[in-house]
Amino acid sequence: MHGPELLQYLITGLTQGAIYALVAAGFNLVYAATGIINFAQGEFVMLGGLLAVTFVAWHMPLAAAVLLPILVVMAVGAAVHWFAIRPLRRAHVVTLIMITIGVSVVLRGAARLIWGADSHPLPPFTPGDSIGLGGATVQPQSLWIVGVTAVAGVALALFFRRTLMGRAMVACALNSRAARLAGIRVDRMNMWAFAFAGGIGALAGSVLTPMTFTSYDVGTLLALKGFCAAVLGGIGNNMGAVLGGLILGVVESLGAGMFSGYKDAFAFVVLLLVLFLRPAGLLGVGLRRDDQ
Amino acid sequence: MYWSTSRVVVVVLVCLVGVALIASGCPKPPAPVVTPPIPPPTQPAVTPPSGEPIKVGAIFSVTGPGAPLGTPEKETVALVEKMVNDSGGINGRPLEIIVADDQSDENQALAAAKRLIDRDKVVVVVGPTISGTSLAIIKTFEDAKLPLVSCAASIKITQPVKEWVFSTAQPDTLAVARLMEYLKAKKISKIAVVFDSNAFGKSGMDVLEKQAPDSGVTIVAKESFGSKDTTVSSQLTKLKSAKPEAVICWGTNPGPAVVAKEMKQMKFDVPLFMSHGIANRKFIELAGDAANGVVFPAGKLLVAETLPASEPQKQVLLDYTKAFNDKYQKGPDTFGGHAWDAMQLTVQALKDAGTDPTKLRAAIEKTTKFVGVTGIFNLSATDHNGLTKDSFVMVTIKDGNWVLAE
Repeated sequence: MHGPELLQYLITGLTQGAIYALVAAGFNLVYAATGIINFAQGEFVMLGGLLAVTFVAWHMPLAAAVLLPILVVMAVGAAVHWFAIRPLRRAHVVTLIMITIGVSVVLRGAARLIWGADSHPLPPFTPGDSIGLGGATVQPQSLWIVGVTAVAGVALALFFRRTLMGRAMVACALNSRAARLAGIRVDRMNMWAFAFAGGIGALAGSVLTPMTFTSYDVGTLLALKGFCAAVLGGIGNNMGAVLGGLILGVVESLGAGMFSGYKDAFAFVVLLLVLFLRPAGLLGVGLRRDDQ
Repeated sequence: MYWSTSRVVVVVLVCLVGVALIASGCPKPPAPVVTPPIPPPTQPAVTPPSGEPIKVGAIFSVTGPGAPLGTPEKETVALVEKMVNDSGGINGRPLEIIVADDQSDENQALAAAKRLIDRDKVVVVVGPTISGTSLAIIKTFEDAKLPLVSCAASIKITQPVKEWVFSTAQPDTLAVARLMEYLKAKKISKIAVVFDSNAFGKSGMDVLEKQAPDSGVTIVAKESFGSKDTTVSSQLTKLKSAKPEAVICWGTNPGPAVVAKEMKQMKFDVPLFMSHGIANRKFIELAGDAANGVVFPAGKLLVAETLPASEPQKQVLLDYTKAFNDKYQKGPDTFGGHAWDAMQLTVQALKDAGTDPTKLRAAIEKTTKFVGVTGIFNLSATDHNGLTKDSFVMVTIKDGNWVLAE
């Protein structure tokens, strides 16, 4: 394997990994606030991409067509919490996770009815040729993906550390009863967690679609990979999500380059190894104990 | 009050889940789509068909992953039914086509086949749409001793020859043979292959590996990609390092469009060849600029207008395009063409031999020089497909349109 080739694998892997990281961050948001693994996260990504496609078809400027889905999917996320999760808040976490699987099926079915079964393209954010880099090439859209992930990662970190709402959300996660006693409206915080997860999912969807394509069923595999990235990095830990996503992306890219038939197996082997050797994930501190 | 509201919400949600399950093609009680009563003939000069209708079954993937293929097939058989009945029916009797949806699923195809044979008492069945469902019901027709004219492409449907089973789609062996001939003419001898890891791509890869040595072509690298993969850059990087003279990509949408785009972006400038799996508008829409210059073997329907007048299929292709366009206000496609050929073969055999399955089967098998949309069929006891590689032409995409490749 020569230098330029290795570099190309790395570039592909980091781009793909950045997407996994964004999906993983969505998992983390909901998990941190509610303890639920939200399996509809992939469908948020799918909705973001398909809505962007539709808005572009309506001749909206690209920037609006990419940003508006974020708001729409935030509303979808909030609605999912308000109508599907909140009424059953006393149910066991496992039941709630089952409900998110149901929600993902509903969203997928609805998307199929609206957009059909075909794939849809989206123009790149900045037109232009790919950029040469030491014998390898980088697509401008790759830079967008990596940039958006970096900004989203920093914004999330600041949000949790510096804002009242972020700290309230962390408080709900650490001890929801104590948070309630301190005057935090736990229900509302949880709803916001779902809304932000929807927003970050939509962002991932619209930034990813110009590179590949999107269709009603892209969410399933992305959710699976994003979940792997979250577990790999230590679930609930946002730096972990980024690290997990990038490692997963690079391993997959190298795997695809060496033995393309076993590409997906590579990612899952890494995941299994980490779970055997370090069950809490690379940066995790162990699963959150619920205080209820 | 609070709990009752939330219970209502839960019930509504459960209903939604149910609806979505049905929409996404989960098992449901299959309902055959019975075509409406025969419309009155438009030309009073023709005697309207009368008497007991001749029942022909059709099994297509109207829903599920095969739906983009099965839908034009269903539309085409409805068109043929109307055309036949408008022109006097089959020897004076009306033709009735009973369409069943197999949902692109083997078990549903089997159930539909049994229902058509046992309950509807059809004399012959056209379809299914895709190879998996076709292979799944072959035994049922062999046992029932009833002819089946499939619209699917797998070579396994007609080789080895099954007494009661025919196919009107070109098997991929012919597509590869046509491509190899073209490569030889262009003096390309070192190729790299990237293929979809679905049944279509794997089968294409097998055939490529079998036929390459005979054409003096060496496969210097081969890689696969998943049908749902979002990037193929790594595989292409590997292929690029093998320095091939051309790349061949064998798959169905959206994978090949990703390959075309990424090859262009990574400045991997070698001729790109693909399969007949991309012979649809969607590929051009998805790949955009990157679609230009891609060369692939395809049925002649794509380039019907530009064919020379000496081409024997030209008239049939234009007739089918016009009839389909008049009824549905859109262009037909290759898959509808397979259904057209299957129906025309069947109707001609019914006219010649009547409804006795044994005689009908013999009549289909004896069909020669039948000029269809897919190609010119010469069936025989040893060839239940009857097409040659000449049913393919090499097509390229220029400014977003299909033209004959030089």
